[in-house]
Amino acid sequence: MSKEEMLDMEARFERYVAAENKVEPKDWMPEKYRKTLIRQISQHAHSEVVGMLPEANWITRAPSLRRKVALLAKVQDEAGHGLYLYSAAETMGADRQDLIEDLLSGKAKYSSIFNYPTPTWADIGAIGWLVDGAAIANQVMLCRTSYGPYARAMVRICKEESFHQRQGYEIMMALAAGTPAQKKMAQDALNRWWWPSLMMFGPTDENSPNSALSMKWRIKRKSNDELRQEFIDKTVPQAEFIGLTVPDPDLKWNEERGHYDFGEIDWQEFYDVIAGNGKCNKQRLHARNVAHDNGRWVREAANAYAEKQAKRRKEESSAA
Amino acid sequence: MEAKEKYVLRLADNALILGQRLGEWCGHGPILEQDIALTNVALDLIGQSRMLYQYAAELKNDGSTEDDIAMKRDVFDFYNVLMVEQENGDWGKTIVRQFFYDTYNYFLYEALCTSTDQRLGEIARKSFKEIAYHAQFSAEWVIRFGDGTSESHERVQAAVDDLWEFTGEMFTPDEIDLAMTEAGIAPDLNQIAAQWKRKVTQILDIATLKMPESSFMQKGGKVGEHSEYLGFILAELQFMQRAYPGMQW
Amino acid sequence: MSNNKDNWKIWEIFIRSKNGISHKHVGSLHAPDAEIAIKNARDVYTRRSEGISIWVVPSDQITASKPDEKEQLFAPADDKVYRHPTFYHIPDEIGHM
Repeated sequence: MSKEEMLDMEARFERYVAAENKVEPKDWMPEKYRKTLIRQISQHAHSEVVGMLPEANWITRAPSLRRKVALLAKVQDEAGHGLYLYSAAETMGADRQDLIEDLLSGKAKYSSIFNYPTPTWADIGAIGWLVDGAAIANQVMLCRTSYGPYARAMVRICKEESFHQRQGYEIMMALAAGTPAQKKMAQDALNRWWWPSLMMFGPTDENSPNSALSMKWRIKRKSNDELRQEFIDKTVPQAEFIGLTVPDPDLKWNEERGHYDFGEIDWQEFYDVIAGNGKCNKQRLHARNVAHDNGRWVREAANAYAEKQAKRRKEESSAA
Repeated sequence: MEAKEKYVLRLADNALILGQRLGEWCGHGPILEQDIALTNVALDLIGQSRMLYQYAAELKNDGSTEDDIAMKRDVFDFYNVLMVEQENGDWGKTIVRQFFYDTYNYFLYEALCTSTDQRLGEIARKSFKEIAYHAQFSAEWVIRFGDGTSESHERVQAAVDDLWEFTGEMFTPDEIDLAMTEAGIAPDLNQIAAQWKRKVTQILDIATLKMPESSFMQKGGKVGEHSEYLGFILAELQFMQRAYPGMQW
Repeated sequence: MSNNKDNWKIWEIFIRSKNGISHKHVGSLHAPDAEIAIKNARDVYTRRSEGISIWVVPSDQITASKPDEKEQLFAPADDKVYRHPTFYHIPDEIGHM
């Protein structure tokens, strides 16, 4: 393809997605679109899988059997979501094993939020309510993303996620309505998770250079700042309803804008955690590496057995 | 304590402690698909334990809830068999533990479906479909590991040898088992033992694994004499209820 | 694609949600063989009672039409309006036909 033809194809592609058409795996797409999506989808998948760890941490210690099954089912869903997303990336020719290698070596990123620790039970409530709440805002938008398999995975994920946030909020409600010790636990968790949750939407629009292209290609449909504002507007009344205090002295309803004004986010902390300096970065990557390494013989054995069986079947049919 | 209540607690404790053990794997499995699969088994088991604890609470009839019973007893008041409290070990050991236990559970619950105790019969019929799936799942994987690579073969053979001494307890009846059999509430354990042995022999054979020859069998779990593992399991299981007594979650 | 010994192959999963409805493609997953693929599909794609029957097909066994042949494959059907009932004029008095 000549350079002119390529530019023409790209222009046609842009018009195509701008008209709200979906792109399917075998359709022509700009190489950069493919690369951007593989990176984004696989990061998203890694986040689901690493995100299992801070919550799985509490499965054996959940305070009641009802909470235990809910948490187990929730963490299991995260594994499912990771799987759906890896599958979506595979439709673009990526290989799950390669993507996982990139995660394990530290080359690929995942959502920094999962590098924060879950020392108390209230953290399970806060993660469901805030972290899943923030994730859902992003995921609802992605249900309409231009790449078909990604959009379909997100539709499935959103359907399943709807219980996650309710599960988290219900935990916080019970704590906030409980004894002073429980309320303290809930407020402490909100204090620790509030700001990191806001950081989940990514840098401010002026510091997010890739966003414009993603918007043009209809991968993203709302900017980081828009999504963040939506989340804050939705979440602050939920905190007030159960009598918890959002840890931001500058938080104030702005009648004119019809939104909450909020304080300055500590972006240095955000970049520090991305750079590997969160409390749990090493622990999370280590856990994933151990699981992957310890699972190798399991995966190999299953393949070896399948090969033997196939061979046996072949011998049987040729003998018959 | 009435014999039936104790019997129901044995069933409940088996399900909960094994479910708790499997819960430890969640997020750490060898591949996403198997992580999800084993968590399904954990969910089934804990779900079964809840039905059984609720029934035990009805029998106790002193206002206890499922959580009171699960979270407020110490080691000597737990009646699960030693098998289910054994460490997860590697994935192969976990699967072999499942296979030994699931196969036992399969024949036990199949018989419990026709229990003269109506509530237990209902619970068993509901659980049996899940348990039948568990038994099939773990047997399929024992075959794959036994007849997979030389490494997987060695690993599961070691697990079979290790766990063998905990199989006997499942089939050795004590006065509670005998009373339950007498009343038609539970099956004769000798009959379950024969069915179990036939199935296990068949699967180990397909898996090219050797049946251990040792006949020494551990016992004690059913009457509250446990290994050191159970104390640690309870430390996690009961932490919140112990640290924050009497609160709603 | 990397060719590690521990890489399970990809299967496409089709689920029938209830009798009377066709199997529908729901996604894919990894499994070493067909039996495990079905079990995995049960655990991954029917956790919320989404299905009563599962088909699994190795992804590499699917032959797909090429998108650049989309025009020649499908466009010719667009102007064959005589294949649709509205092409034929029937008096209103006849009612539904």
